[in-house]
Amino acid sequence: MMLETLQLLLPGFLMPCVDWAMQLGEDIFGSAWPDIVTVVWTVVKAMLIVAPLLGAVAYATYAERKVIGWIQVRVGPNRVGPWGLLQPVADGVKVLLKEVVIPTHADKAVYLLAPLFSFAPALIAWAVIPFSDFFVLANVNASLLFVMSVTSVGVYGIILAGWAPNSKYAFFGAMRSAAQMISYEVPMGLALVVVLMVSNSLNLGDIVQGQGRGLFAGMGLTFLSWNWLPLLPIFVAYIVSTFAECNRSPFDLTEGESEIIGYHVEYSGMAFAVFQLAEYTAMLMGCTLVSLLFLGGWLSPLSFLPDGIFWLLLKILGVLVLFYWVRATFPRYRYDQVMRLGWKVLIPVCLVWLAVVACWMLSPWNIWK
Amino acid sequence: MEFRTFVFYFLAAILVIASLRVVTLRNPVHAALHLVLAFFSASGVWILLQAEFLAIALILVYVGAVMVLFLFVVMLLDIDLDRLREGFWSYLPLGSIVALLVVAEMGLVLVSRYWGALESDVPQAEAGYSNVQAVGRLLFTEYVYPFELASVVLLVGIVAAVALTLRGKRKSKSVDPSRQVFVKAGDRLRIVRMPAEKRD
Repeated sequence: MMLETLQLLLPGFLMPCVDWAMQLGEDIFGSAWPDIVTVVWTVVKAMLIVAPLLGAVAYATYAERKVIGWIQVRVGPNRVGPWGLLQPVADGVKVLLKEVVIPTHADKAVYLLAPLFSFAPALIAWAVIPFSDFFVLANVNASLLFVMSVTSVGVYGIILAGWAPNSKYAFFGAMRSAAQMISYEVPMGLALVVVLMVSNSLNLGDIVQGQGRGLFAGMGLTFLSWNWLPLLPIFVAYIVSTFAECNRSPFDLTEGESEIIGYHVEYSGMAFAVFQLAEYTAMLMGCTLVSLLFLGGWLSPLSFLPDGIFWLLLKILGVLVLFYWVRATFPRYRYDQVMRLGWKVLIPVCLVWLAVVACWMLSPWNIWK
Repeated sequence: MEFRTFVFYFLAAILVIASLRVVTLRNPVHAALHLVLAFFSASGVWILLQAEFLAIALILVYVGAVMVLFLFVVMLLDIDLDRLREGFWSYLPLGSIVALLVVAEMGLVLVSRYWGALESDVPQAEAGYSNVQAVGRLLFTEYVYPFELASVVLLVGIVAAVALTLRGKRKSKSVDPSRQVFVKAGDRLRIVRMPAEKRD
């Protein structure tokens, strides 16, 4: 597995060096060598995902401020470095140097654990995300289910962050956003049920591959075969629930910086920054899932163009800009409106469309064979 | 020692310690968090046994939903440990009988069938085998009636929960969003054109 990938990626004259290193390792470690290679290779692959991801998270904050700035006819950050490009670095250093104030009657262990509880699931979910045909860290059969279950753990970070500092305001904020996240997991799950029904698989790679087939794909217009068109209501419902799951505007009652107080009101310094990192990582995760499930992942929109990871990155970027655009455009929902939208609008829409797609698949006009 | 065995003992040790902490810790929130840890380790053990669907479902249902609500309840309750301990001695005989029964039952099950869980002769599935499909097929063919019955029970639970909260007339003020949406500016606001007045 490792050797084939290296053969694909490395220039030819380096391969003898790799062979020599493998031989050397086998001489020294003997029979344990294959296990060591597997572990090292897995760690390398994980690093290849996590390092660019953290960079992307840092620059997602910069991009957000820039894009919203342009939308509101402002310049955005432009002081640190050329075009303000070093702004995330400056923010990171600032946050690192700040003191983490722990409130007096706080439950110290839980207080410090809460940011990890919200950041770790957001990172773990990337383990099963396929970036192209062969680049995936863990090709699990039930990868969609895995992503769902891991991201559902993120709500602990919010609840614990609300409870641990022993502050009523933080606890109110935590109740609010936990209820919101749990409620929107339901329409999200229903939307995913429809997607896995039409693609007949829980594997994200297979779901992407399934979108490359169909009537329009045969005509060369692959982008019309992607799930967004036949499942348009589900697509919309899924995007809206993604916004709510990530606690992004217009459902950002969690943060609500201008009028209400969120769960992380008692956090400062790096502990607070980890919550922000978790939010942006979860947002990138949401964008990636939308791209994989509904926008054809790494498939090219027209069949004469080559497929590749750059299509996936382009789609993620597009959905990300949509997130920013919505934030700059829509006012914040009131809390009861958020709950009403989830329970009384999105869930019925998803349920009805589930039944419609099920009947469609049993009818002679089934397009997902 | 094989790597799998090492992982099993690692997870099992965490599972046992976390479960013990659930019943011994004084702070109920900490106890609930240890229960979450126990669920995680249990799901890891299940993945070792190649029951990936069950493992993921355990995290999704119990950790992602049930324990969250549990934590809420525990956080909102004002638990007084001294009052809880009042009836300790009077309840002890009954409690120990129940505990002994549970231990005996679990011991019987473990001894008779799963004495060597790691060396069991459960057939090893091939790499492409999909757990989810197998479970789904069984649920909707062989076990379809129990499955439907369980869903009806859940539905009854939902209805009961709604009925419990809807007792009596609603006292709080509330707005009707569907009526709110249809409000036009003219319903709320009257623009009057009047000439400027001069004050002297």
